[in-house]
Amino acid sequence: MKGKKVVMDAEGIDRSLTRIAYEILEENKGTENIVLVGIQKGGVFLAKRLGRKIAGMEGDEVPLGILDITLYRDDIMTRDRKPKMGKTDIPFSLDHKTVILVDDVLFTGRTIRAAMDALMDFGRPKLIQVAVLIDRGHRELPIMANYVGRSLPSSLWEEISVNLTEKADADEVIIEIC
Amino acid sequence: MKLVLKGGRVIDPSQSIDSEMDVIIEKGRISGIERDFPQKESGTGVRIIDCRGMLVVPGLIDMHTHLREPGFEYKETVKTGSDAALAGGFTSIACMANTDPVNDNRSVTEFILRQARAADGVHVFPVAAVSRNLEGAVLTEFTDLLDAGAVALSDDGKPIVHSGLMRNALEYAHSLGLPLMSHCEDPGLSTGGHMNESLVSTELGLPGIPAIAEDIMVLRDIAIAEYTKISLHIAHVSTAGSVRAVRDAKARGVAITAETAPHYFSLTDEALAEYSTNCKVYPPLRTADDAEAVKEGLKDGTLDAIASDHAPHSSIEKDVEFEYAATGMIGLETSLALSYALVHTGILTERQLVEKMSTNPAAILRIPKGTLQTGVDADVTLIDPGRTWTVDTSLFRSKSRNSPFQGWKLKGKAVMTIVSGKIKYDER
Amino acid sequence: MKLPRKDILGLKDVPRDEIALILDTAESLKEISSRPIKKVPTLRGKTVINLFYEPSTRTRTSFEIAAKRLSADAINISTSTSSVVKGETLIDTAMTLDSMNPDIIVIRHGASGAPHILAKLLPQSIINAGDGAHEHPTQALLDMLTIRERKGAVEGLTVAIVGDIAHSRVARSNIYGLTTMGAQVRICGPAMMIPRGIEKLGVSVFTSMDEAIANADVIMMLRIQFERQNNVMFPSTREYARNYCLQAENLRHTRKDVLIMHPGPINRGIEIAPDIADGPHSAILDQVANGVAVRMALLYLLSGEQE
Repeated sequence: MKGKKVVMDAEGIDRSLTRIAYEILEENKGTENIVLVGIQKGGVFLAKRLGRKIAGMEGDEVPLGILDITLYRDDIMTRDRKPKMGKTDIPFSLDHKTVILVDDVLFTGRTIRAAMDALMDFGRPKLIQVAVLIDRGHRELPIMANYVGRSLPSSLWEEISVNLTEKADADEVIIEIC
Repeated sequence: MKLVLKGGRVIDPSQSIDSEMDVIIEKGRISGIERDFPQKESGTGVRIIDCRGMLVVPGLIDMHTHLREPGFEYKETVKTGSDAALAGGFTSIACMANTDPVNDNRSVTEFILRQARAADGVHVFPVAAVSRNLEGAVLTEFTDLLDAGAVALSDDGKPIVHSGLMRNALEYAHSLGLPLMSHCEDPGLSTGGHMNESLVSTELGLPGIPAIAEDIMVLRDIAIAEYTKISLHIAHVSTAGSVRAVRDAKARGVAITAETAPHYFSLTDEALAEYSTNCKVYPPLRTADDAEAVKEGLKDGTLDAIASDHAPHSSIEKDVEFEYAATGMIGLETSLALSYALVHTGILTERQLVEKMSTNPAAILRIPKGTLQTGVDADVTLIDPGRTWTVDTSLFRSKSRNSPFQGWKLKGKAVMTIVSGKIKYDER
Repeated sequence: MKLPRKDILGLKDVPRDEIALILDTAESLKEISSRPIKKVPTLRGKTVINLFYEPSTRTRTSFEIAAKRLSADAINISTSTSSVVKGETLIDTAMTLDSMNPDIIVIRHGASGAPHILAKLLPQSIINAGDGAHEHPTQALLDMLTIRERKGAVEGLTVAIVGDIAHSRVARSNIYGLTTMGAQVRICGPAMMIPRGIEKLGVSVFTSMDEAIANADVIMMLRIQFERQNNVMFPSTREYARNYCLQAENLRHTRKDVLIMHPGPINRGIEIAPDIADGPHSAILDQVANGVAVRMALLYLLSGEQE
């Protein structure tokens, strides 16, 4: 473990999420037909936090789903070790909805690509928008995020992790040199 | 031309000989056993074979083999079976009647003997069928078969279920001087079974053949032998129950003889864990307790002989699902080494081994073999007790390869086989 | 996370953590069967061959649906329509299929040990869908998944298996799987249908059904295999049903929350009374749904590059 740096602390994360929530409401002119879908594992808690913020701002509960994209990965057949599958639960129709896909880090874009394929199997959303806490660049597919907490240019031998108190000791975003 | 087997340990139970001697062979016969045959006589019409370190014994006799000719020549012929026997150290073999057509008439017996003469290998002694077509219903013509050259009778492969027929057969055979060899199996208990009934068969999901399928018929045959006061031979003993029954019968004075095969003291039913069809045999491989009982039976004389029950099968019969596979394994080329392991582990002495594999089979079959007395046909086997070798069936002389001992490291081998004074196998 | 084996031939020596992995994966995959589009692209382009030497609608259909829900191509070969009838050996059939490069072969066969022949010979993963009286691992896995779902866990439960144990591959696989996962297993059947040595597998043996099911958490009724008997073992179905058919009266001494299971197809009135099969304690239909999930889990866990 060479160098471990905290680039965003609890306050920073909270402010970013608040801004993203306002941006979502501004862009979509309110909460009508919006649903939040958190991508396993990093996006689920963030989606729940965004949901609570939006409820606090507009007074409306936005439907929340969770999506595991393991089965849609493009590298699933070439991996020796298959990753542990998480739960998928989207208990509402996606037809005609604006789906906000939420993830913690946007990197190559392959996760979002897989998530979009999965959403198409659930129905036909009217709009798909992407909200991420960190965009670290190095896209391999033409994918972009509509809402970004912070852009963090990084090199390929750095690892960026988002820790949240729901699972970890503190809210923080960490860069680590491998 | 004299052939002198010099300096080996000569073991001939029929003459109570067990010491370092020289065996002299002339004109195809044993002309004497002496001490210190003069070495300098070599070269003058005398060939001396150095047998130091080896056992020199009366030619081994396998009293239970299946040569598959006529009818199943793709599995084995009299010639290839004879070659396999020579490589295994045997000078005489008895072959069973379950050929196609069955050896239940003189023409088949004569055919087998003709093939044996043409093969010019080991002495072949046909065992003819007790019942026509092995159906267990009508007796064959014993007189005719004896006249044609059969030395004994057996429906081996199938049991004689009808006790009345068995009794009649035994009495009639006795009156003609023909030994009868019994394959003991109660089909009411064995039908549908493919291996020994035990925890192993339960785990493998295969219908089992309980030990009592054999024990019941052994007891029945002993009762018939006792009642008629006629000697009977029990083939391929595999269970503790059978060994006990034979032991008790002998103690009562009943004239029973019995043989077992090397696989019953070398393997148990656990060998089938991978559904290995080369381990599929009848009687089936049994439990460790049964194997111990068989060894005990050999040691205390309950079991008189070791016979391979050499049963060749081709890939067509063996490379299939276990239930569909034919039963049987080849054994001529591994029998001696597997049996010699009993000497290495102290269960048998060398003398006892020779008794089980030569002296006693000759006595049971009532053939003038199994001895090195002066004047007899010179059938001699040279055994190197220390020779280590690894079983490689691709080098076998048998036509078939169905042996579960592939890859086994064994110690003890027949290195020379002499039949009627001629060296027919030499691997020194 | 990976199964450290190429094939699923049985549950005999499969350790607890592997069984748990399969069940956990099955649970995650179950949700796909309730989506409007019941398909994920995971095994797209993979070929699964169902080689069924014994007739079976439910197991074969279950494997076929499992493969298709993962977007694999499922090919069904059943013996009545194939070269096997013309006398082709199992090995020849296997080599022929291998030349067409399938990814997974699922085999059901009447001879115990048949899947082992394929597993030794072929590089593909082989899944045993039932061989003779030996094992039926996917059935036991779906049974355990059902028990886990309804009871929370398998560990510590008392499970009674009732029927023709001697000829039952379902019984054997369940004995291995359930004991590995920590359940207490009781087996029960007519005395001549209790296989030799079975108590050495850690089960308690009963011939009275009422005794066997007293206070059991789960009762598993087996199919009576009239078509597999070699010896004519049992006098009549009437006599069998009298002693071993699960009826309402028998449930009087069981727990109130007892779970009743059957691998199917059911012989109504012989193994289980109709009202019990359709009643509130029955998990028989759950078993079927879980069958698809468990088979999807195995196809998923076995496929992909083997290191």
